Amino acid sequence: MIRSQTPFHADTITLAHGAGGKAMHDLIEAVFVESFDSPELRGLEDQARFDLAALTAQGDRLALTTDSYVVDPLFFPGGDIGKLAVSGTVNDLAVGGARPLYLTCALIIEEGLPVAELRRIIASMKAAADSAGVAIVTGDTKVVPKGAADKLFINTAGVGVIPSGLAIGANRARPGDRILINGHIGDHGAAIVDARGDMALDNPVESDCQPLNSLIGAMLKTCPDIHCLRDATRGGVATVLNEFAQASGVAMELDENTLPLRPEVRGVCELLGLDPLYLANEGKLIAIVPAESADALLATLRAHPDGRHGAIIGEVRDAPAGRVTLRTGFGGHRIIDTLLGEQLPRIC
Amino acid sequence: MKYVDEFRDPDRARTLIQHIEALRDRIPAVASEPLQLMEFCGGHTHTIFRYGVESLLPDWIELVHGPGCPVCVLPMGRVDDCVALAERPDVIFTTFGDAMRVPGSTKSLLQAKAEGADVRMVYSPMDALQLARKNPRRQVVFFALGFETTMPSTALTVLQAEREGIDNFSLFCNHITTVPTIKAILDSPDMRIDGFLAPGHVSMVVGEQPFQFVASHYRRPIVITGFEPLDILQSIWMLLRQMAEGRCEVENQYKRIVPSAGNRAGLEAISQVFEPREFFEWRGLGSIDHSGVRIRDAYARFDAERKFSVPNIRITDPKSCQCGEVLKGAIRPWQCKVFAGACTPETPMGALMVSTEGACAAYYNFGDRDELRRRREQRTAQA
Repeated sequence: MIRSQTPFHADTITLAHGAGGKAMHDLIEAVFVESFDSPELRGLEDQARFDLAALTAQGDRLALTTDSYVVDPLFFPGGDIGKLAVSGTVNDLAVGGARPLYLTCALIIEEGLPVAELRRIIASMKAAADSAGVAIVTGDTKVVPKGAADKLFINTAGVGVIPSGLAIGANRARPGDRILINGHIGDHGAAIVDARGDMALDNPVESDCQPLNSLIGAMLKTCPDIHCLRDATRGGVATVLNEFAQASGVAMELDENTLPLRPEVRGVCELLGLDPLYLANEGKLIAIVPAESADALLATLRAHPDGRHGAIIGEVRDAPAGRVTLRTGFGGHRIIDTLLGEQLPRIC
Repeated sequence: MKYVDEFRDPDRARTLIQHIEALRDRIPAVASEPLQLMEFCGGHTHTIFRYGVESLLPDWIELVHGPGCPVCVLPMGRVDDCVALAERPDVIFTTFGDAMRVPGSTKSLLQAKAEGADVRMVYSPMDALQLARKNPRRQVVFFALGFETTMPSTALTVLQAEREGIDNFSLFCNHITTVPTIKAILDSPDMRIDGFLAPGHVSMVVGEQPFQFVASHYRRPIVITGFEPLDILQSIWMLLRQMAEGRCEVENQYKRIVPSAGNRAGLEAISQVFEPREFFEWRGLGSIDHSGVRIRDAYARFDAERKFSVPNIRITDPKSCQCGEVLKGAIRPWQCKVFAGACTPETPMGALMVSTEGACAAYYNFGDRDELRRRREQRTAQA
């Protein structure tokens, strides 16, 4: 294929950049192919092609996942929509025990988006993909009229390979298992509240947005028999634990005193009447592990840069089945139910 | 966290519980049935559930969760008025977050927003005024609600709008008052509350004096209470001590925030802008005389009810809803016929299931539902 050598000078994205003609071709060449720099993409075919034998050598199952990212604002302390779109999908693969390999990248752009912002986001996707060791191998771009989307939406799908012998599943929690987390809860949710600017808070909360596959690789090396594993994104830690409790038919008891929580996130929650257990995270995993492996896994977490503030936060019990409870720091008990809708700040 | 953790110290909590237990034999009323203590304020209810305070109390003390959640007690007709205002194309409708989910007869503000109404969540009426400044061609309506706690900030915002000559700002006023409501509860025949935890933030504005009638006329001890779990325990202990010593007084546990005379500047702003309504309709409690305020004629141009026409249709509570009895302590939330059956936080029938501060929603969310259902079935079987 003959490459266009036209330099790309546009300041903002217009409908022409999605029309299939030269403008779109130039955008794809100058922004995506240049930045993502993968051999599969350079071919400019309509699909990425993989060598099957190389994949089967790494395990016995393929894992496939997809997720769409619509965060507002596009840039927030600790990350941006691009980093999020790579980390989130990598994490969805990794929590199944899969080794993430390839991602797709589909963009829906509202006309008028500054090209400089798009370039920043694409560079950030590339950096996140490099740090996770995955390649972005195919993509799609659509431009929609003003008002038909909010600045930029990204969808990424990911493919990974699950090594043989792993059997992570939401229904495998057993009484006596320990509940582990790899660090502070609620950072992403608090950072987004802050970055939206409604509150004009003077606090430096950063999103925890990060790929977790390296950490999960280390954990599986320590203990291949991790029972349940999920990243605690929307709905927070409370939601993941409720999913595990219901799928496994067990109870979960958390100890409030052991929950890692940054003072600044706690401050945002105190101020707004939010519960950090329901705040979104983008780089936190919950692992349900056999009691005898818990200490070794905690040591593995804490030795890894993405799990330095890891902690054992509770224990699996047999009853009441399907329930998550919290032993409060004050000495009482309360039930941690699934969230009904969006958390809304309280009036007084 | 400083100034927070000190008030959540489990060791101090244990000591207070011991003090409370020790008073049991000195309170004559305990012999027949459990003491009923009412916390009026939704903020207290939230603390009680969030920290599991009830699970620490001995079984001879029952907490009755009062009507002090302004979001819960808003009648359906008023929510319909909000939706009607919000759906006007010229209006930006601004509201506190937790009021967005309250169901009207056809929809909530959240649903109206999803259908295209310009509904925005704000944290203060001043945010709404700022929107009015920024959008001079739109009408910004602020959904003013809450007890005396939030009234001064609304009043001061109106005064500020007047000073700046901002004419595209108005209030849909649903402010309600504490004292007539406590009085209505005390006057109801099935009421059997033994003592009250008075709302701390309301008292910060109105002071101690307005609660005097509870002690002197109705002979019930009352303690102005803060919002941390130790505040609640200490106030319960203070109430019990009054009972043990045969006293009926207004005591102030929340002295670090509540001056005994209240906040004069706040009270002046309130009375400058607002006047009592003849009556106001409450979800669950019906109409209560003088329990709401409206905007005075001098500020009529800031009154959304006068500026725009609102449907103002009264919608009665569903018959099977027993919120009124729960609010007065006549029955416990799980004894209500529809609790956790027809009435859940997803589909609330009554006021108390609406916001997380409502007693029924709090039991539903934080309590052991299986246990509650079992207790309800037991009671039904006994009856």
